[in-house]
Amino acid sequence: MLDSALSIFRTGRNLARLMEGLGITLQISAAAVGLSLLLGIPAGLLMAGRRPLIPKLLRLYLEIIRVMPILVLLFLFYYSLSRFLNINLSAMTVSVLVFTLWGTAEMSDLVRGAVSSLPRHQWESGRALGLNEMQVSLYVVFPQIVRRLLPGIINLTTRMIKTTPFVFFINLPDLLKVGQQIVEVSGIRNPLSSVWVYGFIFAVYFAICYPISLLSRYLELRWQS
Amino acid sequence: MVNSQEILKIKDLEKSFDGVPVLNRLTLTVKRGEVLVVIGPSGCGKSTLLRCLNGLEPVNGGQIVFEGQILTSFQTSWSRVRQRIGMVFQNYELFPHFNVLENILLGPVRVQGRKKSEALEKAEFWLNRVGLWDRRESFPRQLSGGQKQRVAIVRALAMDPEIMLFDEVTASLDPEMVREVLDVILNLAKEGLTMIIVTHEMAFARAVADRIIFIDQGVIVEDSPPETFFENPATDRARRFLNIFQFDGVQRGSRGTGPKTVPVRL
Repeated sequence: MLDSALSIFRTGRNLARLMEGLGITLQISAAAVGLSLLLGIPAGLLMAGRRPLIPKLLRLYLEIIRVMPILVLLFLFYYSLSRFLNINLSAMTVSVLVFTLWGTAEMSDLVRGAVSSLPRHQWESGRALGLNEMQVSLYVVFPQIVRRLLPGIINLTTRMIKTTPFVFFINLPDLLKVGQQIVEVSGIRNPLSSVWVYGFIFAVYFAICYPISLLSRYLELRWQS
Repeated sequence: MVNSQEILKIKDLEKSFDGVPVLNRLTLTVKRGEVLVVIGPSGCGKSTLLRCLNGLEPVNGGQIVFEGQILTSFQTSWSRVRQRIGMVFQNYELFPHFNVLENILLGPVRVQGRKKSEALEKAEFWLNRVGLWDRRESFPRQLSGGQKQRVAIVRALAMDPEIMLFDEVTASLDPEMVREVLDVILNLAKEGLTMIIVTHEMAFARAVADRIIFIDQGVIVEDSPPETFFENPATDRARRFLNIFQFDGVQRGSRGTGPKTVPVRL
């Protein structure tokens, strides 16, 4: 049993290729989550603001992205864009782009929710103590928003990581795609290969996402007390 | 005539929300050490008046002069002024992510730039006074409403304000907690702190006030000592308002005489 498992990972460059696949998965996740934070936070602050037009436009964007399956977006940017506009983007670029579009939309909504759930009186009682606008943001508003926001951000991060295997369909050799290729090749000689390879992938995703999940629970508990 | 005793002069103050006037050329002078209790029907503009005094609401007209400084001007640095005019709100509004001590020290240390040791000494003094020094490490959600409000009062006092504004500070409290908060304010009054208090606690108003200011529809209808106001109000409007707080008790007489009504004193 164990031999059959080990032999798969020892054959050729199988293990190295899985690691390369994992590298791609992590690159897409990290880039998309980072960019989503960078773009989503200001977008969310704008959505919570009182300017008349911008929140509506951002809301529209959010709704469009939300109802659109990720896979459709991936196909749209990977296949359709090149046909219509003759823009050829690499599978990697398309992946980061699509996951950032999605992540930004969700992130902005999280930020908007956190900001507008803070009672207006918190600003006022800060001002009444003589704090200027900058100090009110720094000492009163920002720490509370971060606390309200972090569980949501962490949840979104794991959701984004979990969704990356969709890049499979635009032929990006991420962890899952590489695993599938290995199973296809070694499946003839080793009928249990799918168990070992997909089991391995399962363990890897678990090892990435579970600690993030634990971190979220830890922070929630710590800020509660 | 300039009177050095006058700490606050409000002249023809006007404020409206969406074109609806709330304060209507309101004029009022407060002397140092005076305790003013502002009462009136809801929506009469009493809370708005307080909020205008420390710039939480911009005014539409008139003048506010605080210690010789005209506050109703473009150049007013409200964050400076608010360090000298303390305000306590109905819903305490402590900062939930800070404990009691951090709530109190934020203003003196971060805004006024005082030494932490000095601010801490003052915080200890006031917290002891309101009986909450033991709770200095607690977070707001671990405190009762009355305790939160006492902390909120200490937070404002820690800035050494020259005037304190109290905006219906007992309106959200359970009856048994009202007393502990009012006692704190009563003690401050005894020490000569200048205060403007908006409240619906009539017995407290009578006990604490040097002057009762009765506001209706954005103007001061009566401005008189508490005895005069409660015993012998000059206007019909005030009399009708005070009647709201009176109940006719039903006293069951012996059989045959039927019930008769007796007024119950506050």
